[in-house]
Amino acid sequence: MPDGSNSQAFVEFDRVQKSYDGEVLVVKDLNLAVGRGEFLTMLGPSGSGKTTVLMMLAGFETATNGEIRLGGKEINNIPPHKRGIGMVFQNYALFPHMSVAENLSFPLEVRNIGKSEREGKIKRALDMVQMGDFGGRRPAQLSGGQQQRIALARALVFEPELVLMDEPLGALDKQLRETLQFEITNLAHELGITTVYVTHDQTEALTMSDRVAVFDDGRIQQLAPPDDLYEKPQNSFVAQFIGENNALRGTVTSLSKDRCVVKLDGTGEQIDALPVNVAKEGDKTLVSIRPERVEFNPDLGENAHTLDAEVMEFVYMGDVFRTRLKVAGRDDFIVKTRNRADQVRLSPGEKVKIGWLPQDCRALDP
Amino acid sequence: MANATDPDSYTGATPDNAIRDADRAEKTGQMLAADGTPLKTSLARSLRAQKLRALMLIAPLLIFILVTFIAPIADMLFRSVENQIVSETLPRTVQALDSWDGEGAPDEETFRALAADLTIATELKNHTRLGSRLNYETTGISSLFRQTGRDVDEIGEGYMEQFIELDEAWEDPATWMTLMAADSWIENRAQWASDKAEAEAAQDAATTAAEAIALEFTDPEPPFRLNDIASDALPRTASIFRQFARITQTENEDSPAEEEPWAIIYQALYEDLSAGRGDGYEGQAATLIDEARSAVVGFEDQSIKDYFINEIDEDWGSTEVWGTIKAFSSPYTAGYFLASADLQLTAQGIEKQPEDQQIYALLFKRTMFMSLTIMFSCILLGYPIAFLLSNLPMRTSNMLLILVLLPFWTSLLVRTSAWKVLLQQQGVINDILVWIGLVADNDRLQLINNQTGTIIAMTHILLPFMILPLYSVMKTIPPYYVRAAKSLGATNWTAFWRVYFPQSVPGIGAGSILVFILSIGYYITPELVGGTTGTFISNRIAYHISSSLNWGLAAALGSILLALVLVLYYLYDRIVGIDNVSLG
Repeated sequence: MPDGSNSQAFVEFDRVQKSYDGEVLVVKDLNLAVGRGEFLTMLGPSGSGKTTVLMMLAGFETATNGEIRLGGKEINNIPPHKRGIGMVFQNYALFPHMSVAENLSFPLEVRNIGKSEREGKIKRALDMVQMGDFGGRRPAQLSGGQQQRIALARALVFEPELVLMDEPLGALDKQLRETLQFEITNLAHELGITTVYVTHDQTEALTMSDRVAVFDDGRIQQLAPPDDLYEKPQNSFVAQFIGENNALRGTVTSLSKDRCVVKLDGTGEQIDALPVNVAKEGDKTLVSIRPERVEFNPDLGENAHTLDAEVMEFVYMGDVFRTRLKVAGRDDFIVKTRNRADQVRLSPGEKVKIGWLPQDCRALDP
Repeated sequence: MANATDPDSYTGATPDNAIRDADRAEKTGQMLAADGTPLKTSLARSLRAQKLRALMLIAPLLIFILVTFIAPIADMLFRSVENQIVSETLPRTVQALDSWDGEGAPDEETFRALAADLTIATELKNHTRLGSRLNYETTGISSLFRQTGRDVDEIGEGYMEQFIELDEAWEDPATWMTLMAADSWIENRAQWASDKAEAEAAQDAATTAAEAIALEFTDPEPPFRLNDIASDALPRTASIFRQFARITQTENEDSPAEEEPWAIIYQALYEDLSAGRGDGYEGQAATLIDEARSAVVGFEDQSIKDYFINEIDEDWGSTEVWGTIKAFSSPYTAGYFLASADLQLTAQGIEKQPEDQQIYALLFKRTMFMSLTIMFSCILLGYPIAFLLSNLPMRTSNMLLILVLLPFWTSLLVRTSAWKVLLQQQGVINDILVWIGLVADNDRLQLINNQTGTIIAMTHILLPFMILPLYSVMKTIPPYYVRAAKSLGATNWTAFWRVYFPQSVPGIGAGSILVFILSIGYYITPELVGGTTGTFISNRIAYHISSSLNWGLAAALGSILLALVLVLYYLYDRIVGIDNVSLG
């Protein structure tokens, strides 16, 4: 698996800033390197600046400050059509007045590629997305999923080294989205294309990417492989944004290298946590625990802390049970347990003890 | 249900039966509803009430459109071929002209018919209208008819004198009543007369004026009825006498029983009697007729043809006048359409108009050429403006849109007059060109009162009709198409030409149709700034509607214009496709 941190970064953002009105920075000091053949996803809520970054890379927006490099060459002042970057849009952007084959032929024609060669490439690209028989159709005669396959084929037909995808699956239904997620990752890895993918859907980001850059407020909050992102969030935004998360507020009372004690705000109970983003004793902190790492009436050894909890709600979800608890004065603590034959089903009002391993409990910035 | 277990005898809704039904339907090519009726019938029945309600809902508007829009157009189309005035005013003449050979004046019989028709027409004052109608085709007929109207009442006076000389009774209206009036009418009239006398006596006896007014007798005389013997025995006389009686009663409000008949009636009587007709009368009337019949042989014969040609106007002997009457004698004519195509209808068939009167083909060609020029100018000027408008931020584009619409809030006349000020030889534009040195002072450009003026002024006036549909179509073209094109490697121009422009074509289509159709029928601006070389066919139509009053020709020109527009519309549909027109 390619690593973005190696010296031959293919795409590089060096201290890039972007402002539209001269007053507010939409992208603040972006430093990012994407390795050759890497599948990088930019994930974030809307307005976080991820699409702006993509547009700067494609050439539709200019960077206010800093340098963008592609294959080691600065591309800040190169117009979009000379960058040779394939792009897939959320609304497919298939030209409605051209047939599917004509759409695919367009990037080849503007590159003055001969007719016979064009036809070969178009056929290969259509076969690649399993749409070989649809060359004569108009985009309006295709379903959303088919249109997106064609858009993908069009972005790949001129064999670019870098493909940008701007929420390409946003308009599709869940099942289709999952199929296409799989196909896109497969294609990207087979062809060895570098892909920068923008989405606000975290499942999509986690399942498809080599690395994920989580954007918020114009900055990259964390850039890491999906498993790190989920299991080792660096700050509370990432912890809250990726997956379901239980957050407990408190104050650090003692701090060592790999252990800290946090006094919870509500009840004053003390728990052990892994210090990630706390600097000194007396700091406010937000403790993050994943719902599936919590156990009822735990038997986790003497290091484990237990807390008193009261069941507020029990939801049967098929493969898991979702239990909402009142913990440390807050009633939004979620616990997920697998649906096993021996699993107890709690009813509202019951008092239970909950606990977890200290390393699953991360003390982050407040 | 003796054999209920046999699947084939089961009649309910079973899967087997459904398959059988489907098979049957496939064979007959018809889908069946659950109750076995054809699905189409069933559907139509269920929708009928809905359709009816919808129709009732739009009925007022539909009727309004029919009355105010469809009906006038239909009337106009009808007027362009309608020509009943000739056959209605000159029925006898038109019939007599059937046997005319088309050379010189027709025979005496035709002139007799003409005399009868014209006497009646003159009494009804219809002859001048007919004269004007035929004057469109042959100049001079209007004054000929007017002249004839003044002299035609003298025809037959010679015979009248001879009849009276023969027997004084011929002068007496009562004689004519015995010969012509139906017995029932005489009785009715007697009844009416006694009622009237009684009423007048009562009125005389009234003491106050108000009472007298209340008692006033206002019933008109019962309408005249011809008797059967007269129309058999003396057909010509009877036919004219009936007209005489009707006109006397309705137009002059007199009684035919008291008025002396027209001279032309004696003429007709002479014609009837000298042809040997007049049998069927009894008693005194028979004696009178027999006596007259044996006397007419000795009457001095008077030629009406000679009278018309020598006494009234020698034009009555010309082939042209008679040819025109014959050519336009049918109730429907292609004459107006032929005239619109610079052709004319004569007794010999279709001929070209004389060279100096051929204007319509030229005008149609000029109208088409100038409308197309205006349309293309509008596309050239409007496209960049619409493009700018659709790509600017909302606030700015709305402001600019108001500037586009501003001309609509100014009177058309003001705008056109402004162009007069700008474009005239001593006007602003010429002054600037002279000042820059592009044009010599003694050689200023002629920018108005010609085609240039019309094209400039009309392009300005019709420009919003191009910009608005273009703008609303361009508004709907998302920016990501051009982005996609650029990301695929297209230069700005290629992205515009191959991706943006084809998607804006529906707007160009809609704008072009609007501008072209508006300009093809434009009237006021060419009239004001067009001079003689910059006028349209519509100016000619307006002239025929309001000045020459030749509505038939105006209608024909209008119909041709309508047909032209429809043909162009059809061609547009074939070449570009009418679904490729969008107003946004």
